[in-house]
Amino acid sequence: MSGRKVGDVILDVQNITLSFGGVKALTDISFNVREHEVRAIIGPNGAGKSSMLNCINGVYWPQQGSITFRGQTFKHMNSRQVAEMGVARTFQNLALFKGMSVLDNIMSGRNLKMKSGILAQALRWGPAEREELAHREFVEQIIDFLEIQAYRKTPVGRLPYGLQKRVDLGRALAMEPQVLLLDEPMAGMNVEEKQDMSRFVLDVNDEFGTTIVLIEHDMGVVMDISDRVVVLDYGKKIGDGTPDEVRNNDDVIAAYLGVEH
Amino acid sequence: MGFFLETLFGGLMVGMLYSLIAIGFVLIYKASGVFNFAQGAMVLFAALAMARFAEWFPLWFGFQSQVLANILAFIAAMAVMVLVAWLIERLALSRLVNQEGITLLMATLGIAYFLDGVGQTLFGNDIYKIDVGMPKEPLLVLQGSFEGGLLLSQEDLIAALVAAGLVVVLAIFFQKTATGRALRAVADDHQAAQSIGIPLKRIWVIVWSVAGFSALVAGIIWGSKLGVQFSLSLVALKALPVVILGGLTSIPGAIIGGLLIGAGEKLSEIYLGPLLGGGIEIWFAYVLALVFLLVRPQGLFGEKIIDRV
Amino acid sequence: MFYRENGQFKSSYRADQQIFPIAQDRIAIALLLLVAFVVVPLGVSDYWMRAILTPFLILSLAALGLNILVGYCGQISLGTGAFMAVGAYAAYNFHVRIDGMPLIASMLLGGLCATLIGVLFGIPSLRIKGLYLAVATLAAQFFTDWAFLRIQWFTNNSSSGSVSVAGLNVLGMPIESAVQKYIFCLVVVVVFALLAKNLVRSAIGREWMAMRDMDVAAAVIGIRPVYAKLTAFAVSSFIVGVAGALWGFIHLGAWEPAAFSIDRSFQLLFMVIIGGLGSIMGSFFGAAFIVLLPLFLNQLPAWLGFSISTALASHLETMIFGALIVFFLIVEPHGLARLWSTAKEKLRLWPFPH
Repeated sequence: MSGRKVGDVILDVQNITLSFGGVKALTDISFNVREHEVRAIIGPNGAGKSSMLNCINGVYWPQQGSITFRGQTFKHMNSRQVAEMGVARTFQNLALFKGMSVLDNIMSGRNLKMKSGILAQALRWGPAEREELAHREFVEQIIDFLEIQAYRKTPVGRLPYGLQKRVDLGRALAMEPQVLLLDEPMAGMNVEEKQDMSRFVLDVNDEFGTTIVLIEHDMGVVMDISDRVVVLDYGKKIGDGTPDEVRNNDDVIAAYLGVEH
Repeated sequence: MGFFLETLFGGLMVGMLYSLIAIGFVLIYKASGVFNFAQGAMVLFAALAMARFAEWFPLWFGFQSQVLANILAFIAAMAVMVLVAWLIERLALSRLVNQEGITLLMATLGIAYFLDGVGQTLFGNDIYKIDVGMPKEPLLVLQGSFEGGLLLSQEDLIAALVAAGLVVVLAIFFQKTATGRALRAVADDHQAAQSIGIPLKRIWVIVWSVAGFSALVAGIIWGSKLGVQFSLSLVALKALPVVILGGLTSIPGAIIGGLLIGAGEKLSEIYLGPLLGGGIEIWFAYVLALVFLLVRPQGLFGEKIIDRV
Repeated sequence: MFYRENGQFKSSYRADQQIFPIAQDRIAIALLLLVAFVVVPLGVSDYWMRAILTPFLILSLAALGLNILVGYCGQISLGTGAFMAVGAYAAYNFHVRIDGMPLIASMLLGGLCATLIGVLFGIPSLRIKGLYLAVATLAAQFFTDWAFLRIQWFTNNSSSGSVSVAGLNVLGMPIESAVQKYIFCLVVVVVFALLAKNLVRSAIGREWMAMRDMDVAAAVIGIRPVYAKLTAFAVSSFIVGVAGALWGFIHLGAWEPAAFSIDRSFQLLFMVIIGGLGSIMGSFFGAAFIVLLPLFLNQLPAWLGFSISTALASHLETMIFGALIVFFLIVEPHGLARLWSTAKEKLRLWPFPH
């Protein structure tokens, strides 16, 4: 549950249909997300959850439908534009920059905010150096927050999975996003790691008011931390409401547990 | 008009020769996802082997027949190419399995240099003849329609037929035999193929041997036409634009691509060349490939390249 | 026990972000520079400076430029020779056509021309990658081969494409003798190496590496793929162009298009791969290796007590060269730079095993 007061609708997804060749990944999906809330997207594997996030992020362009963000409507999103508008995300398969250290990976999330030109960076004089140091300070705060100080110079490829997931989150946080899309942030984690990650997510929502849209399979986590839930199955929406409403929805139960014949 | 047709035919024939080399590229790419920069070096190496064996066998074994020498030399050269394929697989490929594309590409460049060096050390670096009885006199055709008739090279015509024959043989091989099916599976997904029991190593040796075979055929034909010399491996670089046009995964594409490049080169040299100062053959094929890459990167017949997140 | 960081605590981010944070490294570099600037000119023979050190420096610079494109940004280029040629010929034109044009200005302008061509041929990288991009860069290579041979304006109407320069000087100081040439190249290389190192550890460097490692994710965090790729081509071509101008003006004195042929492109690519992709220091290692290897192979038969014909020697060199490339790619794909940093790691613990 978020401690903040939930605001107006900040992100509105309308009638999104997405197909790849003959396969329909998403059919006529509509839902909205309110500012400062924690919105979960759940559903069995292959339901189209990641594809939905990819549409919001501009990685995929849906064939039909539109997305409204802060009052501006788009037929499809442009990744960079989305990032500039304040939407950040983590990836299910950890799209980290394997050749770089933890520090560099998270610093790359600050690139949007860095203004120095190439020449200034090459000479590394005054303003350019100061800017680099200022952003380093900000990133160090994130590193503190995620408790990964000891690993800051390690190449991310060498870290265990759980830590890599934290770096992924750190990189997204570095963008100071208004909306954070988390794609299975707790996948592959044990109980303690999940508790840590849930704590990070809730802290981010609490302290910075960041709206969270999260895909997650662990029902316990979802019911615990989300304000509202969307349920997808085979690319269609089959449930939308508070955790309790969704828990008692027959269609959802059928999709997850099967129906007695 | 007659001149135009002659130039066109000449270009098409040269194009077929490029295709012969390009087929080797496509084979290896189809079956292992490796872009074999060493294909040109393989053509030269095979041609050198053929030329020298055909010269040495009569001396070593004391017989006169040129035909017998050629046959034995062909078998020996083929054996050498299989050995080369096995060595490449054993020493280089199997140890580079999980590396990215650029690493494999560089490795084949290294192999190319190595083959160049070895070939010239073992077989010498003069210009050698290959004589497989290709008719050298040109053919005069269509004397009725055009004054004096059109001059066609018989040698090139035979080369074209051989290339076409090679394509047919390879197509049958890929589609109809169990090994061909295994090769296609490997091209699709190495790990999946391995998990259903396809012996990856053996498959790669087979593929590189087949590519070696096509290199040998190409080498014999080019060598018969030009003489076997070092510049052959540079000519082979021309095969790159051919596969770009035709599509890296398509053998018929290699033929079509070759025809387009060959004809385009010759025609552009004759008609465009004088405007630009001549000698544009050295870059025409590449600039054409560049244009294709911007417009249709997968070539005419290749598979579309999709990036997934 | 000598190479330890114990006691070297950094109390500010600025200190942590130095190029050489470990004191021993700083001392080593200072010594190296001392040797390079002072000891070498005094103690090394003219032959060594002319035939080995100066070409090594210039090729290191070119390898540095190429490394930015291939190693840091992940874009393959087989047309480096072309950009060197553009740098050389453009600088030549500025030098001979404009009276009193300072040498450094000509070279920098030559580099800028190379930048323009580099960006032009970098545009395909926005749509294609990997080996497809490699073929596109080959188009640049062959096109410039032809252009400098046939388009007479570029070469001041020389029919064979060959040109020459003489009487070079900087602010009145002549660049004629072996020592003068060596020092000039050394200064240029040190300056560019510093600038390059600054770039790769700044925001733009991270953008380049992000594009190399995962370009889809890069777009999602707000990096502009077009800007990143084209700046990589631009910066890389600039450096390579200046290196080309140095090669023509300082090392060769007189040159024709064949000096920048596809063999040069392959040679530079090998330097970058053997030296270490994505490493400034690696470019130097790679250049040293490639420059010294033929010398070594040439001397080896003499040391072992037998002689071989020059033709055979050159074939063997090609063979060993190719074999070494494959060997390196198998054993240490990250090149000599990785071997060096692994050695340093071991040195930190020495004499303890772990």
